[in-house]
Amino acid sequence: MHTLNLPVISPLAAKLAVLLFACLPMLAAAQSTLSVPDTLEQRLKACTSCHGKEGRAASDGYYPRIAGKPEGYLLNQLKNFRDGKRTYPLMTYMVGNLSDAYLSEIGHYFSAQHPPYAAPQSTEATPSMLERGRVLVQQGDKQQKLPACIACHGEKMTGVAPFIPGLLGLPRDYIVAQLGAWQTGSRHALAPDCMQQIALKLQPQDIGAVSAWLAAQTMPANALAISAKELANGVANFSLPLTCGSVPK
Amino acid sequence: MKRIFYSLILLVLLAVGSLAGYGYFLGDAATAQHVQDISPQNGSEQVLRGAYLARAGNCMGCHTPRGGQAYAGGRVIQSEFGNFISPNITPDATTGIGRWSADDFWRALHNGKSKDGSLLYPAFPYANYTHVTRADSDALFAYFKTLTAVAKANQPHDLRFPYSQRSLLAFWRALYFRPAVYQADQQHSAEWNRGAYLVNGLGHCSACHSSRNALGANGGSQDLSGGELAMINWYAPSLVDQEEASLAHWQAAQVQTLLKTGISQNTAVSGAMAEVISGSLQYLSDTDIRAMSNYLQTLPQVTKATANMLDKTLQGPVVGKEEMARIMVQGASLYKTHCSDCHGTDGRGAAAIYPALKGNRTLQMQHVANPVRLILAGGFPPATAGNPRPYGMPPFGPVLSDGEVALVLSYVRNAWGNQAGVVTAAEVNRYRTAPLD
Repeated sequence: MHTLNLPVISPLAAKLAVLLFACLPMLAAAQSTLSVPDTLEQRLKACTSCHGKEGRAASDGYYPRIAGKPEGYLLNQLKNFRDGKRTYPLMTYMVGNLSDAYLSEIGHYFSAQHPPYAAPQSTEATPSMLERGRVLVQQGDKQQKLPACIACHGEKMTGVAPFIPGLLGLPRDYIVAQLGAWQTGSRHALAPDCMQQIALKLQPQDIGAVSAWLAAQTMPANALAISAKELANGVANFSLPLTCGSVPK
Repeated sequence: MKRIFYSLILLVLLAVGSLAGYGYFLGDAATAQHVQDISPQNGSEQVLRGAYLARAGNCMGCHTPRGGQAYAGGRVIQSEFGNFISPNITPDATTGIGRWSADDFWRALHNGKSKDGSLLYPAFPYANYTHVTRADSDALFAYFKTLTAVAKANQPHDLRFPYSQRSLLAFWRALYFRPAVYQADQQHSAEWNRGAYLVNGLGHCSACHSSRNALGANGGSQDLSGGELAMINWYAPSLVDQEEASLAHWQAAQVQTLLKTGISQNTAVSGAMAEVISGSLQYLSDTDIRAMSNYLQTLPQVTKATANMLDKTLQGPVVGKEEMARIMVQGASLYKTHCSDCHGTDGRGAAAIYPALKGNRTLQMQHVANPVRLILAGGFPPATAGNPRPYGMPPFGPVLSDGEVALVLSYVRNAWGNQAGVVTAAEVNRYRTAPLD
């Protein structure tokens, strides 16, 4: 706990001051006239110090971009960190004592930021590995009953508002870590946790392939998440290939 | 000779036995009194009061794990003795307290004994809760009876030997536990007494704000002399020491604002205290906050003898003039880059947004856990009705090295008239691994 601020004066002066001004309220004299903008940008400096200016991601390859992600997805993640469904101690610590109302304001703020994307990471993956990744993302694997990533995350892989995140513009290490976290159970979504069902079917080499291919893609010109309607693309009674607790019907 | 020997053994056994017996039966006489039936007709007001009191005691804080079902238990409370795992206190008949009576509940709160007579570990702060009145105990119980019953079996504590031997608690109780409902001190006002009742009773402030001996005992329910929180590595500062977090010379309104909203003109709460404000104090009435503030401000202060040479040496590395000058120059440069935008070049912060560092006692305490951890992890004050959208502090752990944190902290501990020992990189490093969640 921070403690109070006493004006720094000598012990004798302090005693005198107490004697003379005992009935005066303790002055907030020590406060300067620093002007602090009343903006979310200023309030959320604690977020952008790792996630980059406006949430555009940092260069170190781990802290993911949060800018422009669908609002409902961001709120779900903030709550999941607070409630122990996702495990990253620093994030849990950050949001541990924040209210639903503030978290939803934070989710809204970052979902509305659209700073430019960095160029995709260079990849050391082999062409055959990248091809395996592309096939999994775009077609899935019928034998293993793995749906294509794009079946839920949208053809452009930019996500589906408001709950399904995009898959591009993320560092490879981050994607690997998330799929691994779903496998080990340290990341959860609301039940039924469809991503966990998928992650559990992925072989290590497939995780490597998918993450390498995704991280190497260039962002499309319009990187905004599409709407559920666009995802359905005119198909009547369109539904996701799996039931996902984080995507209410 | 032999006879004397056996007599002595017998005497010792008798003494030990009666001590244990004393410890076990402590306070039982009180149980039989004040039997009060909870009838539905006086239920609702009583239940509301119970809900309020449960906030005052922050019962949920221990009896609910992160993201878990309210009051269904399962939170792990780490200690030097092992892990305590809080029990289910929802009214489920088999796994919770559904079969308990108001008497059973009172016995747990007042005497530290479970329904089956087994002794409770004082991780459940019954040394504080014993001060709670029977009427308040009944209100709490009435409230807990209205909760949704959750079937969730209690996990056993995971304690090291000999602490795992529950029966040994009889000795602990004989030594350290004195059951007693709070008795008003006629020397003081009703408001002061209400504050003392809340601070030392349900509020169980002494559970954190005191140091503990090898057997986990502190100086009693009124001991607010500060201590390190075992395992979680925050330091709960003394509330009776001018050099720590004594509130004696605060403006009363600022104390109340801090307790209720988590932020005041010059300060903000963080760490374990943010959780207390978030889960408990923000829900208390202005009247009760005022009473607690009143009591806390009148606590007898400790006066420390002027530090002698030995104390000064023990307080931290003594550095020469030149070395100190180097630290201040390098620290100032780091401060300008990373800190001054928010805390000001003059260290005065921004009123009710960013705490002032000039004159900040948390920074200058001998115990550096809190400032080191705040620099490493940053964080938000709790979101409360009075401060619903708090400004946060970035974590500098990923940005600054141990040496740089030490430099900037040594600087702010000695800038603008602040005065405290320099901090070393090694002292910073030990908090890199402090638990955050």
